[in-house]
Amino acid sequence: MSYDDVLDRYDPVLGLETHVELGTVTKLFCGCSTVFGAEPNTQVCPVCLGLPGSLPVTNAAAIDYTVRIGLALHCRIAEWCRFARKNYFYPDMPKNYQVSQYDEPLCVDGYLDVDVDGETFRIAIERVHLEEDTGKSMHVGGSTGRIHGATHSLVDYNRAGIPLVEIVTKPIAGTGHRAAAVARAYVTELRDLLRGLGVSDVRMEQGSLRCDVNVSLMPRGATEFGTRSETKNVNSLRSVERAVRYEVERQASRLDAGERVVQETRHFHEDTGTTSPGRSKEEAQDYRYFPEPDLVPIAPAPEWVEQLRATLPAPPSVARKQFATEHGFTDLELTQMTNAGVVELVRETIAAGAAPGKARGWWLGYLVGRANDAGVEAASLAITPAQVARVSALEDDGTLTNKLARQVVEAVLAGEGEPDAVIEAHGWKVAGEDELVAAVDGAIASMPDVAGKVRDGNQGALGPLVGAVMKATGGSADAKRARELLLERLG
Amino acid sequence: MTTAITREDVAHLARLARIAMTDDELDALAAQLDVILGAVARVQEVAAADIPPTSHSLDLSNVYRPDEPVPSLGAAAAVAAAPAAEGDRFRVPRILDEEA
Repeated sequence: MSYDDVLDRYDPVLGLETHVELGTVTKLFCGCSTVFGAEPNTQVCPVCLGLPGSLPVTNAAAIDYTVRIGLALHCRIAEWCRFARKNYFYPDMPKNYQVSQYDEPLCVDGYLDVDVDGETFRIAIERVHLEEDTGKSMHVGGSTGRIHGATHSLVDYNRAGIPLVEIVTKPIAGTGHRAAAVARAYVTELRDLLRGLGVSDVRMEQGSLRCDVNVSLMPRGATEFGTRSETKNVNSLRSVERAVRYEVERQASRLDAGERVVQETRHFHEDTGTTSPGRSKEEAQDYRYFPEPDLVPIAPAPEWVEQLRATLPAPPSVARKQFATEHGFTDLELTQMTNAGVVELVRETIAAGAAPGKARGWWLGYLVGRANDAGVEAASLAITPAQVARVSALEDDGTLTNKLARQVVEAVLAGEGEPDAVIEAHGWKVAGEDELVAAVDGAIASMPDVAGKVRDGNQGALGPLVGAVMKATGGSADAKRARELLLERLG
Repeated sequence: MTTAITREDVAHLARLARIAMTDDELDALAAQLDVILGAVARVQEVAAADIPPTSHSLDLSNVYRPDEPVPSLGAAAAVAAAPAAEGDRFRVPRILDEEA
């Protein structure tokens, strides 16, 4: 049963919990570095290892960043709040508790507007709170690095204690068939907002932005929400959309069969686009939250909060409009680029020297398709905006035809190196005039009927002849010049 | 004022805290914890609406440090005191029921 069929009969309700690793230089409660990719356990100290006698002290920048996120999301900032201990036994935290916030979050009651197909959805934000990230476990002995079949686990605590902001929406109802698109648009907009604030590098592929997706269904017109599932760690924009679609279809098939949806945590599988059950919520965790006794309360002064509010950057939608105006993009073009998640890539490509139209054309007209083929985000493709700009420049100055330019892009995507090196290695160059003339004469000779039509004034018949010229030159002919030569001869 | 800590409460907390307890210990602790909580609960008798609950032993707020790095321990020292390690990682028993 398809997603759209389901949503003719059921109303979906979404909830999104987004975790953002802040881009502070040091951890939340100690001075250990937060640089990604360091050797295991080289960025740890007695505080983040939870050794006896150590005392945490809060990083001022983490509070500053969290308040700015809350303000950008139109939240009310708490005048007084505390950290809380969340107690649980799991080796990803060496202390056997995580310092988080419980019933006193730093920011509450905000919203974020997102546009989908020209319609604005206001996503209500329940809370924004600050906590510490956990360590990373590597499961040994299993076939896939997952827990099943593992004999033991190895833990790296470099990530433990990095400031993590959790942004939780209120239930999102009324999105109908656009539920999956709204979920994706929300995370995209949130990512752009966080990037604009400069509080995180928001790299989903490195885990600095991660999303939990809650989905439930209720019969159309009902007001009581159905039972929800919570799909954990959905780590790309595309996966957010796929996870919603899959859960909508899965839950509907259960409900249609007269079964009930189980409230549970599920895991998303990137390769198949499906989810599978994890820990069941029915054996509910008892975290025994209590105020963290080693830390004093946070009491942001109202004047300080107002200072931060006054220095907020323009929201992403305004920044995008400015970008479009500056480079002459239409509203439609901007919407297309926004929906495809390539605004930032186009911006960087233009900054690297490409003409705005060309930059947009490469990303929207070609690379987004290649990313979809590969099942990844455009930003994850193995080509940089600077490389796209270089190919575009070579096309502009006549060094490459459009077809050759695409071949160069394909070679860069395949890891063959920089555009200039690829061209050098393959000996690719635009066909010279002599080669072109020979190919044009050959094409006319091989297709006398078609050539006759063109002679009779039917320029629409030129296509096959141009195609033959391209074929004869291995795609290295300048198509425009080929047309000119054909018309000269057949005019 | 009765707080009525039951044997089941103690068993639940012991399980959460990963402490194995005998039946005798559960009975004894339930009674003792009940007395202790009852004693502490007497605070409520004098806690008027205008007295906020104490949050911390020191009347402080907004104690922060600047976002400036300090040297870490180093991996060798970090894992030296661990019950088990493999290379520069902490080694722990396999984890059931849940995926990281």
